[in-house]
Amino acid sequence: MTKKPRKTGLIFFPAFDWAISPTHPEREERLLYTQDQVFEEGLLDFENILEFKPGMATVEDINRAHICVPDARSVITESHLISAGGAITAADKVLRKEVDNAFALVRPPGHHAMLVVHGARGFCNINIEAVMVEYIRKHYGIRKVAIVDTDCHHGDGTQDIYWNDPDTLCISIHQDGRTLYPGTGFPEEMGGPNALGYTINIPLPPRTSDEGFLYTLENAILPILDDFQPELIINSAGQDNHYSDPITNMRFSARGYALLNDRLSPDIAVLEGGYSIEKALPYVNMGIILAMAGLDYDSVREPDFHAESLRQSDELTRKIERDVAEIHRLWKSRHSLKKKMVGDSRYTRRRKGIYYDTDGISEHQEETVRICEDCGGLVLIDSQADTGKRIYAVIIPHHACPACRLEGEDFFGKIPVQQYSHVYLQDRDKDNFQVKSR
Amino acid sequence: MILGIDVGGTHTDAVLIENLVVKRKTKVPTDEKNLLNSLLAVTTNLLRDEQPEKLERVVLSTTISTNAIVQKKTDRVGMILISGPGLPPSLLPVHEDSIHIRGYSNHRGAEMAAIDPEEVAQASRRFQEKEIRHLGVVGKFSTRNPKQETVVRDLLDGSYRHISMGHRLSGHLNFPRRIATTYLNESIWRRYNTFITQIQGFVRDQGITVPIYILKADGGTFDIEHSREFPVQTILSGPAASIMGILSMARCRRDAVALDMGGTTTDIALFADGVPLLEPFGVTIEGHKTLIRGLKTKSIGVGGDSLVSVTDGRLQIGPVREGPAYACGGPCPTPTDAMIVLGMTDIGDALLARRAMEDIGRQLNMGIEDAARAVYEETCRIVSAAVTSMVEEVNNKPVYTIHEILEGKKLIPKTLFVVGGPAGAIAPRMAELLGCPAQIPEHAEVANAIGAALARTTAEMTLLADTEQQLLTIAEDGYQEAIPARFTRADAIRIGQDRLRKKVMAMGAREEDLEIEVIEDMEFNMVKQFYTTGKNIRVKVQVKPGLIAGFTEGGKA
Ligand SMILES: [Zn+2]
Ligand SMILES: [Zn+2]
Ligand SMILES: [Zn+2]
Repeated sequence: MTKKPRKTGLIFFPAFDWAISPTHPEREERLLYTQDQVFEEGLLDFENILEFKPGMATVEDINRAHICVPDARSVITESHLISAGGAITAADKVLRKEVDNAFALVRPPGHHAMLVVHGARGFCNINIEAVMVEYIRKHYGIRKVAIVDTDCHHGDGTQDIYWNDPDTLCISIHQDGRTLYPGTGFPEEMGGPNALGYTINIPLPPRTSDEGFLYTLENAILPILDDFQPELIINSAGQDNHYSDPITNMRFSARGYALLNDRLSPDIAVLEGGYSIEKALPYVNMGIILAMAGLDYDSVREPDFHAESLRQSDELTRKIERDVAEIHRLWKSRHSLKKKMVGDSRYTRRRKGIYYDTDGISEHQEETVRICEDCGGLVLIDSQADTGKRIYAVIIPHHACPACRLEGEDFFGKIPVQQYSHVYLQDRDKDNFQVKSR
Repeated sequence: MILGIDVGGTHTDAVLIENLVVKRKTKVPTDEKNLLNSLLAVTTNLLRDEQPEKLERVVLSTTISTNAIVQKKTDRVGMILISGPGLPPSLLPVHEDSIHIRGYSNHRGAEMAAIDPEEVAQASRRFQEKEIRHLGVVGKFSTRNPKQETVVRDLLDGSYRHISMGHRLSGHLNFPRRIATTYLNESIWRRYNTFITQIQGFVRDQGITVPIYILKADGGTFDIEHSREFPVQTILSGPAASIMGILSMARCRRDAVALDMGGTTTDIALFADGVPLLEPFGVTIEGHKTLIRGLKTKSIGVGGDSLVSVTDGRLQIGPVREGPAYACGGPCPTPTDAMIVLGMTDIGDALLARRAMEDIGRQLNMGIEDAARAVYEETCRIVSAAVTSMVEEVNNKPVYTIHEILEGKKLIPKTLFVVGGPAGAIAPRMAELLGCPAQIPEHAEVANAIGAALARTTAEMTLLADTEQQLLTIAEDGYQEAIPARFTRADAIRIGQDRLRKKVMAMGAREEDLEIEVIEDMEFNMVKQFYTTGKNIRVKVQVKPGLIAGFTEGGKA
């Protein structure tokens, strides 16, 4: 196999001095053997693989993607600033054309962190991809972005942040939510009224192997990306689909991950989950790095790999084929679906309950979206957590139309502060973040 | 008394040091055909009228290994590689005499696939057919478990003139570099050992009975007998000698830059708190990336004799050298000519220098003095930019803990040391450009010999303790021992310090020079199903590069 080598940036930050708790899967040792493998294989000696030190994200960076309660400083630690900062460094290197693509091999992860943050859920406090995407939009003026989440868990946080944004295509493939945390990510979750169809969920049955993943990539993800024409493709590169992962039930291999990355060809990959730290991560990361750098990954193989024992059943193959066809049909009919869904209403409202498993917090949220033909639409959020905090947030979207802007500013001015501990204005379009409190 | 000798490509320099003061120094042209002639000349010069019994030691820095590699005077080496899965052979630094065999140890040193003795025998038969007499054996992760390399060696012991094993040469991870390092070590082994035998004979003939040391790439020394097994450690010891020499004369405890401007190139080295910086992975020689610990140097193609030209109205300095300065009978204008015109040096013919600058001035539409000023300025600017970028690169080196990101030390040079021909001319301007005072150390012309004479014995050791497997591994020593499940990081550090002490003493170190420090010290919980099953402890200890005792305390050379 001969390929054209690409310049790949590697932001490697194993945070050897940070853990959620000493025996938690998200602990110091998580990237230790990956580092061993990367060093031993001499990957950093390749002229087209360049390692960069992560920068640190700022509170302003976080406020572009999140409403943190009561503020960003109190829901994060330095480690989150470095992890998000690593993703930002990856983006900078790619967009300044210092490299062709980049991989932020950082921890802790972020794809379960939603728009409103009362605490940590699914090992995530802030969504490092979303913080990065908003940074990119602010500094490089990029509009259309596709985020492909290949973590085994549904990327529910990323989905939540971009639920109403038609310029951010969020595709998540994951183990069927009926069998795994967080229990969401079904095909009918398609985005808010003004962004319907731009959230795409592809649940896969437990025991899906390389064949199933690659089929889904070729027949759903790549054609949809081709239609959407993003300026930038980001891979939320979770590695817990691996057959040896202790907390999931899939059968993906290191070589499969390499193939997937090679064909998806993301501009930026950001590490998400993956907790088989000895048997999977060293090999999966090696495969991804080689694939991104355009180097031969055919010999990347786990020492205990047996293709035969990982093969998926024919029945499972047929199910995936049917599901993928349905996903494609939904995507093609996204424009007509909006009419059917919103009818003549001026606003839509959804209520949801969010549980922060890592911190044991429950939140109730009511989200109101202004139906708009001209922009992503004004978003209003009323959120109450069992910590006693109740907040209100006004989100003015990127490229907001005058009507949505006017209404949003009006709401923020008029909202009765006494009822809430904090009232926030996140003006994504003007990059303006304001807080009022009683 | 200490005798320090640097056998360089052009000159052999030597110094005799007594009570930490340079007593005598000498410089003779190197006789490439017979290095012993050069050695004889300098020792005769220096030891004449001296009482031989006052001599305590002889330290030699030699280019024999470097030259063997550069001039390809190497032996053919059969390489047996235990690669396992990962990088394909096409991406490894292998040559036609490399054979990949089955077998694999993983990152924790666990054997995942066994060696097949029949396959080893087959490989060996192929080497024997090609009349290959030297062998290298390298396994992936062999620094985590040297067993498979040793198994192969044991199977073939006696069939070859010599066998090098990867795990003995460095404790660091990097399989491709381990292959290159092992190959180089074996390919120069015979030539180096022949040379060492000659040296020992020569020294005996001179009636010298004191210990003899050889300088390594990291600016440290080891005993000559010990060096026989590790010739590759002596590559690039020339630049290391100069840097150690500057260190000895500068007596610097701060962050500093050292510049050595020669005719063709300028070499840059950095010191952090007075300790020379090492290459993070290992030095590179002739495109071979190795695991050999060595001083970090950067060489740029600008020197006193660099060709000065004008292209599209812009000055170009170097990187080629066409000959000496125009003022000294060379063919083209050089920075040295500019320095002569500006009255910064009085070598050469000043009229010729003016003619050279007149030529440059015509192309730049300026007078002779202005042209000279422009050439001088551009020369200093290029060197200062290279220093700045090197410092930046060091300060941007990736780190892997939050602590280091938040508290990481930044290198901020406080002093500039300049040696080499044009040192006096460039030092003041370099000081301005870099914003720190410049010094020109004494005896700079024999800095390398002084560096060799005063370098201490150095070594490094890597320990891996796995309390789940209850095993401690020190690969460089080929050492493994059982440890209890309760083994701690403090135990690992203690054992490391203890064994390193014994090791460097065996390499010829003196008790008073043992400045042992812990350079890596990490401990990780290994968890299965949310229960801790053991600890993975990693410790690295070293005798850091530096000068022999007495010197660091402010003795004078
Ligand atoms: Zn996913
Ligand atoms: Zn996950
Ligand atoms: Zn609107």
